[in-house]
Amino acid sequence: MTATDTMLAVDVWRGAESGSFQQFAIPRRAHQTVLDVVTEIQREHDGTLSYRFACRVGMCGSCAMVVNGRPRWTCRTRVSDVTDAGGMLRLEPLRNFTIVKDLAVDMTQFFDKWKDAKGYFEAGEQPAADFAVVAPATPERQAANAGIECIGCGVCYSACDVVAWDKDYLGPAALNRAWTLVNDVRDQAGDARLAAVSGTSGCQACHTHMSCTAFCPKAIAPTYSIAGLKRTVLRRGLRRIM
Amino acid sequence: MTAVLFLAQRATASVLALAVVVHLATILYAVRGGLTAGEILGRTHGNVGFALFYGMFVAAVAIHAPIGLRNVLREWTPWRGRSLDIALALYFLLLLALGGRAVFAVFSA
Repeated sequence: MTATDTMLAVDVWRGAESGSFQQFAIPRRAHQTVLDVVTEIQREHDGTLSYRFACRVGMCGSCAMVVNGRPRWTCRTRVSDVTDAGGMLRLEPLRNFTIVKDLAVDMTQFFDKWKDAKGYFEAGEQPAADFAVVAPATPERQAANAGIECIGCGVCYSACDVVAWDKDYLGPAALNRAWTLVNDVRDQAGDARLAAVSGTSGCQACHTHMSCTAFCPKAIAPTYSIAGLKRTVLRRGLRRIM
Repeated sequence: MTAVLFLAQRATASVLALAVVVHLATILYAVRGGLTAGEILGRTHGNVGFALFYGMFVAAVAIHAPIGLRNVLREWTPWRGRSLDIALALYFLLLLALGGRAVFAVFSA
């Protein structure tokens, strides 16, 4: 048995925008997740390592990082799935975010863009007095359901090339959230939300690279949500002209 | 405004997809028998159908290209805002003027 069979070499980004990789040797364990590795480094090797996690079961969206060049949720990513027998791990903070320290990034801009895209429920000035009856089989509800399980992990935002090019681009998560609300029959934001998502750095800026869809750990397809927004904005605009 | 630009770029793209095919097919057809420039101009002179088709082609290019260039510049350079929009509006006028002049020249030659 060689050392690489029992030990895992892990390169971890240390620092902020400028920094370097520090290597750790961590014992390989059965069913070990990437988050387990990071936690072991922090608890057993270097207590100054900064990273973020909460639920450890794929619900909270806190622990996303770039693992061997790809954005992933680390609590649900097994080491054995992303490395071969002799392979190693390379852990970096999410791309397209400001790095706070080591593997922790500042999510402020990401969530501010949810607000910019009106990614919140608007009950309107006269909210309905009774429960709304929403049939699950309606196209609107199914479109909303397709995107509703987003956990706000930032993986799509990290994977998106358009965000890398245009810092003002709202990003896949915010636009996906807006699309779920466009399809929520109770929501009253209407044209105001469509205006919010079709600014210069809104849904029309999407290049349909589909990186967000490829990497979303919840198997959501923000690309389709963004395409839905483009169609709806166009339809609304054409209706106004004609 | 962005939605209007998006629609204009998609609409002109669909016009160009057809117009480019017609343009290339016409060139291949016209020169296969060894037509001279003079003979071609003899056919285009006073041809209203030709002028309308290429006028539409020029208009589609003049609208399509600046919008695409605006997107590229916004993504690959720090140039934003009013100065960018003005520069690309001028580029639209330039394409329209140059293209229109060429169509007129061939039509009236």
